[in-house]
Amino acid sequence: MTGAGPLTYREACRQALIEALESDPRVFMMGEDIGAYGGCYAVTKGLLEQFGPERVRDTPLAESGFTGAGIGAAMVGMRPIVELMTCNFSLLALDQIMNSAATLAHMSGGQFAVPLVIRMATGAGRRVAAQHSHSLEGWFAHIPGVKVLAPAVIEDARYMLGPALADPNPVLIFEHVMLYNDTGPHDPSVTEVDISSAAVRREGSDVTLVTYGGSLRKCLAAAGQLAEERISADVIDLRILRPLDSATVLESVRRTRRCVIVDEAWRSGSIAAEIGMRIAEEAFFDLDAPLRRVCSAEVPVPYAPAMEDAALPQVDDIVGTVRQLLGKS
Amino acid sequence: MIDKPHLDRAHLLEMLEGMLRIRLFEARCVELYQAQKILGFLHLYDGQEAVSVGVIGSLGPEDAVVATYREHGQALARGLGMDVLMAEMLGMEQGCCRGRGGSMHIFDAGTRFYGGNAIVGAGLPLAVGIALGDSMMRRDAVTACFFGDGAVDEGEFHESLSLAALWQLPVLFVCENNLYSMGMALERATAEPDIAKKAAAYAMPAEVVDGMDVVAVELATGRALEHIRAGQGPAFLECRTYRFRAHSMFDAQSYRTREEVAAWREKDPIVRLRGWMEDAGLLHEGEYAAMESRIRADIDAAVAWAESGSPESPANLMKFVTMDHVPQEGQAS
Repeated sequence: MTGAGPLTYREACRQALIEALESDPRVFMMGEDIGAYGGCYAVTKGLLEQFGPERVRDTPLAESGFTGAGIGAAMVGMRPIVELMTCNFSLLALDQIMNSAATLAHMSGGQFAVPLVIRMATGAGRRVAAQHSHSLEGWFAHIPGVKVLAPAVIEDARYMLGPALADPNPVLIFEHVMLYNDTGPHDPSVTEVDISSAAVRREGSDVTLVTYGGSLRKCLAAAGQLAEERISADVIDLRILRPLDSATVLESVRRTRRCVIVDEAWRSGSIAAEIGMRIAEEAFFDLDAPLRRVCSAEVPVPYAPAMEDAALPQVDDIVGTVRQLLGKS
Repeated sequence: MIDKPHLDRAHLLEMLEGMLRIRLFEARCVELYQAQKILGFLHLYDGQEAVSVGVIGSLGPEDAVVATYREHGQALARGLGMDVLMAEMLGMEQGCCRGRGGSMHIFDAGTRFYGGNAIVGAGLPLAVGIALGDSMMRRDAVTACFFGDGAVDEGEFHESLSLAALWQLPVLFVCENNLYSMGMALERATAEPDIAKKAAAYAMPAEVVDGMDVVAVELATGRALEHIRAGQGPAFLECRTYRFRAHSMFDAQSYRTREEVAAWREKDPIVRLRGWMEDAGLLHEGEYAAMESRIRADIDAAVAWAESGSPESPANLMKFVTMDHVPQEGQAS
């Protein structure tokens, strides 16, 4: 995982944590199996040895307890990084995130802030069935008071943590499980990123593909295929799901006049629905075609490979939807 | 061991006045609620005053307090002004939380008062984290965490006691067992109503205290704090107490009998301490009445100040949803 070879997303996450722990004595980590085990996705491997058990704290299986502990520690001046293993387990801590972390600054009339970072894995594709495969970041993006980040590229995996820790608000970081072994492409000259703006990952003029997280590479693959058919796709990586950078999306849609939103979460009540509605509100008369979405089937993610693949957005689905939109199917 | 009560006259007067302040302040809150100036929920502490006064009076300014939605008593015992508290309940900009919290969400950074939490049980993990942060920052501070018997049935009670004991954190868990979580009687809610026994299972000293006796509460708090300040981890107090009034302002009280309420009123912590002091010659003729009128004057002034405030403007609605800086940062790092 370390040493020679291109930088993986996992190693980028790990380097970000090491840098945070080295540069600020207020930073410490809490989570299940982040220490002796090395992290269930090996992101925290070696950190216990390097920083010791006070700063890399293995916790019992008490998600609400240690997430709440992270909130309390943040309120008194620490900079905790809580790891929730997967977003499926984050539901056990949802009360603390929603009713405490997101509300305390406002309820207290600005007397307290909660500078807490919560990391968790999200997404499907590993054949681990419903209770380990869901994409719940859109739910969290519903909550005023938190920020929601979805690093999709190596640079973001490596550099989003810094500004997240510097932010005075609770910041949730969703790392897609299928990206941990990803190796790029990656620009080594980038040494910092913001946590406020969406990014155009590929420029095009016929259609805008809006996506984030694990679906970005599927959109880029789809854009590559579409290019062979002389369809030019603009690919927008949202990067931050709350607050949403609507301006970047609207600018692109006004240019391409068509938009397909690709989201691994379920369609109903989703972040994809939110983006679609913002476009409808702000750019309705700029559109040449109806808005379209490619989302997961509305089922609990199943185990069997063919079933799981059928449930998730695939490159062919994206390509097919774009073709249809352009009347080329 | 602290086994000698701190029973000098001045201290007893102070505790009596502390309890009476809470009782009379809340009596005025009831009037303002009936006049529809205080809105929403109003959970009264009537009957439980000895717990806050006994516990919080034993803390120092460096310590922290986490409370529940029934927290007027804790807030006043911690030293929050009646004026900012009242202004908060009236929804004023001058309220301690600028009208965003109301009765259930009282916060005060200056006295390390961390709410004001209306999700039953949710304050416990927060208290564990405050104690964790304080100890990692090498502050010599204890976090006193108040919660009711209802919280004991929540998973967070168990998660938090477990974590605090595992990491030997300076938390004083204070269960105010008033026998009912809203209308649910303790013995109907659990097969094991001995709460201290549950706490002891997480490897910490757990004591049952007569929560209607402020001196007993203070003594038990002293013992618990000695254990915690010696670096031996958390401690637990189960204060057996009773709320004389409804859960919030009004309920039919179909879940308990008048006789039961009357029997507990016999143990009223204020009446009890007053009577004991009078019998012992520690409360002189006219002193109680003087105390009462002094407090009423304070309340009058607080209400007048709060009513002369300005309602927090809806123009500030979005303020503090997200923060652009950490307000307490100066003192933290």
